[in-house]
Amino acid sequence: MNPLSRRDFLKGAGALATASVLPVNLIELAFAGSESFSFAYISDSHIQQIRGTEFVRNWDRGLMRAVAETHLLEPKPDFIVFGGDLAQLGSKPELDHGAEILSALRGKVHYVMGEHDYYLDLGEYWQKLFGPHFYSFDHKGVHFVVLNSILTYDDWTYHRWPTPEQRMQEMAGLDNPNGSPFMVGEKQRAWLEKDLAAVSRETPVVVFSHSPLQKIFRGWNFWTEDADEVQALLKPFAKVTVLYGHVHQIQYHQIGNISFNSAMATAWPWPYPTAYRQGEVYLPKLTVPMNRADPFHERDGTGWQLVNLASGNVDVQYTLYDNRRRSVVFSPKTGGPEDSQYQDPARRIPPQTHY
Amino acid sequence: MAFQRCKAAGLGILLAASAGFAEADEFTAADEKRWEEQFQAVAQKGRELWTSPALGSNGLVCAQCHPNAANTHPETYPKFQKQLGKVAALWEMVNWCIRNPLQGTPLDAADPKMIALQAYVHYERRGATLAPGKH
Repeated sequence: MNPLSRRDFLKGAGALATASVLPVNLIELAFAGSESFSFAYISDSHIQQIRGTEFVRNWDRGLMRAVAETHLLEPKPDFIVFGGDLAQLGSKPELDHGAEILSALRGKVHYVMGEHDYYLDLGEYWQKLFGPHFYSFDHKGVHFVVLNSILTYDDWTYHRWPTPEQRMQEMAGLDNPNGSPFMVGEKQRAWLEKDLAAVSRETPVVVFSHSPLQKIFRGWNFWTEDADEVQALLKPFAKVTVLYGHVHQIQYHQIGNISFNSAMATAWPWPYPTAYRQGEVYLPKLTVPMNRADPFHERDGTGWQLVNLASGNVDVQYTLYDNRRRSVVFSPKTGGPEDSQYQDPARRIPPQTHY
Repeated sequence: MAFQRCKAAGLGILLAASAGFAEADEFTAADEKRWEEQFQAVAQKGRELWTSPALGSNGLVCAQCHPNAANTHPETYPKFQKQLGKVAALWEMVNWCIRNPLQGTPLDAADPKMIALQAYVHYERRGATLAPGKH
């Protein structure tokens, strides 16, 4: 590797901001107002037990790396969010092992429920470890909502499968036709309506859900069945952001007042649903895709995010293992999230072409 | 042999007598149906393997990273793989995945399991234009 000269360094400072070794400088620049703050967002580690104390090494490593890297953040993020699917099959050993890795994090962690955490015991053990399935909190003038968006039809959950283990297996297969669409459900929507009634319309609202709260591809549950109803509850607010996991890829979108930003997984990347020729897909046009992953690089196509709330809308900095960093920033000009480097089609690079 | 008897009966009769046997280029809707069923059975076997931990040793399955066999791009093989330093066929990459992420034992190129995996991958990708060598 050629070491960079100081002159090159200064000349390339702009490009370096997204490609540098340490994310620290970039983050400091992003802090403008006194009320601005950031939080780290780690998601989809899919900790998978082989037997006994053996776990799939790849997935362990991805999560450990995200935890280690968030330790390097300066200034320290105000809190950390884990976006769901900590475990692969929702078992105690998997959740325990994941919780142990995450216990190295410094600061408050907010946990979101994923389907892989839920469908073995319907979130019972998860709740013992991490707390309630849905709740809200306020932080520096922003109203945060944590939803359990991976519920489904009662018939599927309670009456379809002979054992909890089979129920978990059936939901764990992303492309399994025996699965069932995710939803927030009536009960939680009623709670959300009540929760939001006490919030000023000018207060920025950030919603954490595991599934997208928008309809992209039903076949892989890049989908929330009652997304329209949830969006309607969020409509009265000036600035709303939905941050979701599940999809293991960069997606972003703007629907009216609501910005949607997805998280990378620490476990493995997923294809964009448009890569499946036989499915009907509504992938947001706005999204500049992540790079196509190189299978020879074990951690390629994975990563974690730093989220900055300087403007009340979110700026998402993607830390992508074995890849350049990406920033998806809300643009007041276009009124939606944009990639700060690649949004212009002329600036895109070959690995961003998926097919 | 039926063929010998046919030959003796003469070409005119042979052309007229379509029932009971067939020239190489003659096949019926029933034949097509049977061949399609044969293919579908193998592709179905491939789907079972695609979602089976038995291919590996650590519980991982192909479908975990490749739902509906997406991002396998069977239409682009054979193609150059820089990490292998050569032009590789699809089955070699299937074995790469079996060996590495799945920590399993590679299959022979002619192993019925390998044929089934490829049948499934190609079927999920049906309709794509052939693009050998494409990255």
